[in-house]
Amino acid sequence: MVRFNNVGLRYGMGPEVLRDLTFSIEPQSFQFLTGPSGAGKTTLLRLILLSLQPTRGFIRLFDKDAAALGKDEITTLRRRIGVVFQDFRLLDHLTTYENVALPLRVQGRDEASYRAEVIELLGWVGLGERMHALPSVLSGGEKQRAAIARALIVRPELLLADEPTGNVDPSLARRLLRLFLELHRSGTSVVIATHDLGLMDQFDGARRLVLGDGRLHIYD
Amino acid sequence: MTERAMADQDPHAIAEHHRAIPRREVALVPPDAIASRALVTVIAIMTFLASLTAGTAILVNGVSRDWRQDVSQEMTIQIKPAPGRNLDQDLRKAEELARATRGIAEVRSFTKAESEKLLEPWLGTGLELGELPVPRIMVLRLSSAVPLDATKLRTDLAGLVPGAILDDHKLWIGRLATMSQTMVLVAVVIFCLVLVAMALAVAFATRGAMAGSREVIIVLHFVGARDSYIARQFQRHFLLLGLRGGIIGGVAAITAFAIAGILSSQWTGESGGDQLEALFVTFSLGTSGYAATVLIAGSVAILTGLTSRSVVFRHLQGLE
Repeated sequence: MVRFNNVGLRYGMGPEVLRDLTFSIEPQSFQFLTGPSGAGKTTLLRLILLSLQPTRGFIRLFDKDAAALGKDEITTLRRRIGVVFQDFRLLDHLTTYENVALPLRVQGRDEASYRAEVIELLGWVGLGERMHALPSVLSGGEKQRAAIARALIVRPELLLADEPTGNVDPSLARRLLRLFLELHRSGTSVVIATHDLGLMDQFDGARRLVLGDGRLHIYD
Repeated sequence: MTERAMADQDPHAIAEHHRAIPRREVALVPPDAIASRALVTVIAIMTFLASLTAGTAILVNGVSRDWRQDVSQEMTIQIKPAPGRNLDQDLRKAEELARATRGIAEVRSFTKAESEKLLEPWLGTGLELGELPVPRIMVLRLSSAVPLDATKLRTDLAGLVPGAILDDHKLWIGRLATMSQTMVLVAVVIFCLVLVAMALAVAFATRGAMAGSREVIIVLHFVGARDSYIARQFQRHFLLLGLRGGIIGGVAAITAFAIAGILSSQWTGESGGDQLEALFVTFSLGTSGYAATVLIAGSVAILTGLTSRSVVFRHLQGLE
């Protein structure tokens, strides 16, 4: 699904922030991406999402060479990936419903065709009563759940979540983890970037990708 | 989704939400009321100026065409007094020649009093002009059905009445044509400059909107929106603004012409009104003028949309 081969990244003429990354993410796998703050977890997720280009090495995404992809092809691949950003990135002028429905809307689907699906998912993440609210009046936890719902609505083959439990209390964090596990069981590969050891301990079976000093250490 | 159906929502609540969600899709480009109002104002002013320019050009062109048509349908024979010749006799001879010539529909000779009256604007009233050698004028209205052989008439006239001059007004027609063409050309240049200025204003506004919507564009890219989709959102946003500005400017221009027409008709009989009437005949734009204004308003909206689309595409190509 995702294959990195000797990937390195530097910004401008600076030192390499990530180096010699060689790993793969298999279909229907579950992994935590962890490491200290500033280790490059978000940067690695952006590389997987092809929003950053590596300065060296090769990336293959869904069996396609990332370097050879055009902009529209990248967009097509991104439709198979769900992303939960650390800072949510909800659009402030859209309601919770409209934010969650956004990935389907940009695919040109008719609103009537996904309405029930979006409402059902909003109810599932506990935002059924907040679907008409704008992000400005949502709490941190509600924004987090809206961002997760937006990533899940397309039933992605790969889910990338950046600190998805960073803004929620432990009980909601456990509920969200259960949500990711259920998604994993339904066939989605999940990568959760976190430095929350407590969260990782709740699912011992997960693979751990640990970033440190720009290198990646894998614990299967 | 079976498990999801176990949600904490009951079917009644979901059905209620189905009804509650508005079907109209909210624009993805964030509304910026102040910037939008400013742009609508600029577009309205530009449309107003462009419509005024186009309307004036149409008016001048039409009036000039009518003038030239009127003048080209007339010729004048001027007979100057000469020693040893009888002016009235020469006038009669010339009149008989004109009436006998094919292509002349009507002949009207100015009497001596009428000829002297023509000099009043230059010499004033109350003067005794009886002793002055005032030329006599004869106006020939040409037939629109039968062409006139002006060269033959000129030769015949020279043989019959030496010193008589046949004036076909070609000089005036040429000058009128040049003047009107110059005015129309100037109007076209001003019109183009106004459109270019408006396109630049829209381009800057689009850049501003894109800078303000950077976060929106990033999110749209991450959720799988193509550049063409994003460009369409901006194009729609600016098309609507352009349409609003175009309609306001177009209606203002039509109103301005209508008011000018009403005022000019009310001034008829006064010196200023007569002068305007002499220049423009009427301020009425006519169907073509109003159609042009509507066309300009529509074109302004389309130009606004296309300009913003082009700017957005260039901006997006520079991203990532």
